[in-house]
Amino acid sequence: MSGVARAQRAMRFRGRSYMAFVLTPEPPLADWLRELDERIGNSAGYFVGRPVVVDLSAVALSGAGIAHLVSELSSRDIRVMGLEGADPATLPPGLPPVLTGGRAASPTEPARQPAPAKAEAPRVASLLLDSPVRSGQSVIFPDGDVTVLGSIASGAEVLAGGSIHVYGALRGRALAGTHGNPSARIFCSRIEAELLAIDGYYRTADELDASLLGRRAQAWLADNALMIAALD
Amino acid sequence: MGKVLVVTSGKGGVGKTTSTAALGAALAQGGQSTVVVDFDVGLRNLDLVMGAERRVVYDLINVTQGVIKLPQALIRDKRLENLFLLPASQTRDKDALTEDGVARVIAELREKFAWVICDSPAGIERGATLAMRNADAAIIVTNPEVSSVRDSDRIIGLLDSKTVKAEQGERIEKHLLIARYDAARAARGEMLSIEDVLEILSIPLLGIVPESQEVLRASNIGSPVTISSTASAPARAYQAAARRLCGEDIEMTIPSERKSLLGRLLGRRAA
Repeated sequence: MSGVARAQRAMRFRGRSYMAFVLTPEPPLADWLRELDERIGNSAGYFVGRPVVVDLSAVALSGAGIAHLVSELSSRDIRVMGLEGADPATLPPGLPPVLTGGRAASPTEPARQPAPAKAEAPRVASLLLDSPVRSGQSVIFPDGDVTVLGSIASGAEVLAGGSIHVYGALRGRALAGTHGNPSARIFCSRIEAELLAIDGYYRTADELDASLLGRRAQAWLADNALMIAALD
Repeated sequence: MGKVLVVTSGKGGVGKTTSTAALGAALAQGGQSTVVVDFDVGLRNLDLVMGAERRVVYDLINVTQGVIKLPQALIRDKRLENLFLLPASQTRDKDALTEDGVARVIAELREKFAWVICDSPAGIERGATLAMRNADAAIIVTNPEVSSVRDSDRIIGLLDSKTVKAEQGERIEKHLLIARYDAARAARGEMLSIEDVLEILSIPLLGIVPESQEVLRASNIGSPVTISSTASAPARAYQAAARRLCGEDIEMTIPSERKSLLGRLLGRRAA
């Protein structure tokens, strides 16, 4: 196979999902905190060591108001790992990050439960994009394969839990197997990529073999190294 | 009901304002009532290129805020009676534009004119998104170089997501206008080829305007190039593009360089 190159051991960036409790404060906040105190009083230490996300969509709080709420919660031994429904632009520094894309889970013991993706049978899911992915666009599909009929432009990115198939030119970034799937692959009919990654192992344009440029190619993982080879 | 066009690019300096003026004049010369609207609030240029800078009294901001009525702000071209300019304000900034105000003004212009051509500011911020917001069709001006092409690609993505048409699930019509095409540099491989640009952006081609001193001269005398030198290569490219906008099927020509024998000899010696 011509043009196969091995990547040096590189730093890994991976996505992973976890269970967290979601608290949803409701106005008036003082009443809500009092109610919370009563609940905690019934089962002291319930929240200790548990990851908690605060959903702010029901209350309209300023940046300072959010900071106050977070400190009120931490004085009750509730550690807030993330915020939901807040505008990241208005947050003062030092607050937990804003999370999006949360999905409901059954209200059982979160710590004992394995990650939901592993518990379920593997789902067959795929996303088909019939228009080009333009510069600046980001397509994130954690559930399975992504097929792009057009090109992925320079400055665009596609993240897939499974494999990525590009029938046009791949000029942007393609990140496959983002949720810990080392068997994911990337295929494209023309490789001019800015970055390729599978399960956290990545390679930038600089590290691509020049003889591959413009050719049909695939990328896969072998022994924790990202391999890229021409298909023709 | 007229048609609203936005002339946009993402990158600055690629020829949006020149193209707005030239296409506006060419459409007006074809007998259709046309208005060109400057959305570059704070950095207006279209008035200069149209040669109307000494007649600006009111501007787009005044109309969107309802301070004055639309006809008071419209400036009729001195050379073409069916060509009008709605200038931008130079003293304000893009934050003075409101979505509702812009929508109201564009709706009123659409009633009055066959063509409403909005000259977008560079960038992807408020001014640019409001200029494209109400458009039926977009003309994406690109120079055959990688930075311009990537910015255009970004703009096409925004046109497909941030416009009223896109939000209603319709597709906004898109046309690619390649400006500042230099045949000699393209032949030497110093520019992207037309095929490369079309392959990357994959939208239909409206025209190819050659790099020309005529364009610079036209801007300096405050006249769209389609009025100041109607027979020049860039003017003919814009005229053909305007006719394609009206639905005519005109063969696309790639501007080639015509050199005199002397020029060719000198060129060879230089190389």
